[in-house]
Amino acid sequence: MSALAHVPTSAGKPAPPPVRRGRNRLLPYLLLLPGAAWLLVFFALPLVQLASASLYDPAGSLSTGYAMTWAFSNYPDALQAYWPQFSRSFLYSAIALVLALLMGYPLAYAIAQKAGRWKNLLLVAVVAPMFTSFLVRTLAWKTILSDNGALVGLLRDVHLLGPDGRLLATPIAVVLGLTYNFLPFLVLPLYASLERLDPRLLEAASDLYASPLRAFAKVTLPLSMPGLIAGTLLFFIPATGDYINAELLGTPNEYMIGNVIDSAFLVRLDYPQGAALSFLLMAAILAIVFVYLRRAGTEEVL
Amino acid sequence: MKGQQTPAGDLRLVDLTKRFGVFTAVDDLTLTIPQGSFFALLGASGCGKTTTLRMIAGLEQPTSGQVLLGEQDIAGLRPYKRPVNTVFQSYALFPHLDIHENVAFGLRRRGIRKVSDQVERMLALVQLEGYGRRRPAQLSGGQQQRVALARALINHPQVLLLDEPLGALDLKLRRQMQIELKRIQTEVGITFVHVTHDQEEAMTMADTVAVMNAGRIEQLGAPADIYEYPATAFVANFLGQSNLLAAEAGGRAADDVLVTAHGARFSVPAGRARLTDGPGFLGVRPEKLHLAEGPDGVPAGHQHIGGVVTDASYVGVSTQYLVRTAWGSELTAFAANSGLGGQLAVGTAVTAHWDPRHAFLLPRAAGEDDQTTPLLDEPPVGALP
Repeated sequence: MSALAHVPTSAGKPAPPPVRRGRNRLLPYLLLLPGAAWLLVFFALPLVQLASASLYDPAGSLSTGYAMTWAFSNYPDALQAYWPQFSRSFLYSAIALVLALLMGYPLAYAIAQKAGRWKNLLLVAVVAPMFTSFLVRTLAWKTILSDNGALVGLLRDVHLLGPDGRLLATPIAVVLGLTYNFLPFLVLPLYASLERLDPRLLEAASDLYASPLRAFAKVTLPLSMPGLIAGTLLFFIPATGDYINAELLGTPNEYMIGNVIDSAFLVRLDYPQGAALSFLLMAAILAIVFVYLRRAGTEEVL
Repeated sequence: MKGQQTPAGDLRLVDLTKRFGVFTAVDDLTLTIPQGSFFALLGASGCGKTTTLRMIAGLEQPTSGQVLLGEQDIAGLRPYKRPVNTVFQSYALFPHLDIHENVAFGLRRRGIRKVSDQVERMLALVQLEGYGRRRPAQLSGGQQQRVALARALINHPQVLLLDEPLGALDLKLRRQMQIELKRIQTEVGITFVHVTHDQEEAMTMADTVAVMNAGRIEQLGAPADIYEYPATAFVANFLGQSNLLAAEAGGRAADDVLVTAHGARFSVPAGRARLTDGPGFLGVRPEKLHLAEGPDGVPAGHQHIGGVVTDASYVGVSTQYLVRTAWGSELTAFAANSGLGGQLAVGTAVTAHWDPRHAFLLPRAAGEDDQTTPLLDEPPVGALP
């Protein structure tokens, strides 16, 4: 018995397959080629272009042309001018993330574990709004939150809003819009994780003196971590860079960094500044993601 | 807090019933499992044995009835409040925790801080020292099974429930684990309730076996008693094999019950007859049915039936014969290959005979015909003395 127990588990591994030769060795690279070429042309090259644009002489313009002066001062200047929009972006998307988690986790759990034969229908319901355009959905929220709408009327009646209180053109509207628009990106990966959760593990936890709350904290939550991490990233990254919600549901007082970049490129035609802000946003998000993944520490996601 | 300190006691199920819609899974079950015993619930799948176990564990709410542990009715308690632990059929080890934390899970949930010594001791008991830092996925099926056992045992439950814990193991490992489980049960002295569909597992391990069928207990007793003198035709065929001949009991004569079957007269000792009048099954176990080449070879006192060998399967330790009787039923007979007798060829006319003290008489519904089980692939339990 004990001899058997100590046989190393790797003992039964089959020998590695013989090395393939010729075309077979090239096959993986051939399969990579289309995707790699796409990324090179439409991601890597524009990124280099954007990086160099962010270092152009800020005094240039479209009509006079831009000179490459390695103007690193574009970065501190852009941050100096737009740090309120910057911090607002992260604040709004963080609040939206919390709201989305409060709604999305129970929703994903219910669909994955409790929905039974309604599971597919509920999944379709989660995804269905995606069939219409992002813009149309946000415009619909504009109607829902409008001053003459039923929602505002109701909130005024129950005195949650003052007689002149409004939702549209407030930070609340922007956060609600962000929460709504990116919720499916949080729910779907969470659902995938929770769907794989074996309910027998919860029975085992309960058999081993774990109350439902402890069983959730010690079994369900850790096992749903991969989905939770993937979902929060898929929610947080686009929400931080979003400019549609602030544009349609807010005022310039609610503008996020996406709106500033949008206007730098398309309205003010200040390419160096727009490029510098884009890179700052990218760096900030990468830093947050990196710290988050290090702390959450899952190898399953990356 | 639970477990050791609480005064333990017998586990009693009283009028326990579980219905799922119109289906009655467990039907008015009443049962006493003495403290410290190794009890097996044996039955085919769907007979209600796992539902019974889950009701003891608290994972299923009984429709009616009581689950008493000592004097306390635990039927209303949530599973995490019961001094009962389960070894699940699927093991249900926590994949995100290592072996050490899996085993410590129950202790930690009860607020015990220093768990390492206990975990080490428990891993030693199941012979998995040094495996603490591995993940369940890195262990073999047998090792995972032992982790599941350690994870339950470490809590010193008053009752340990085992839900077909050996089902996923291969034959050899299963035999080893059977012996191992029995050893551990003797060592820790906890009541084990073992659910299985494997009659051999039940017989080798348990002190007491309850054979379940359709939500009811057909027979309860020591394995040898049940095997030697089954209560019903179901038990006679579920626990080992039997040759059951449709017979009519014709009353008592001295210490025997007289029986007529297929025009011949037999007798069964009164102590081995479940009835004295009316339709019954005359039963003989295949290993107690001997074959002789002609009536001359039948020892004095044996009863006999003539027939023809229609099949002979050599399985090493024994040869399994099928003997067709004059009325067409095929009797099964096992002959030990002890080297004393020769092999009988197919087509040989033989006389099947048995000692009446080995026969038994069971109740039969009127109209039921002979029940003779076909040959199994592997030699059934008790095929040889």
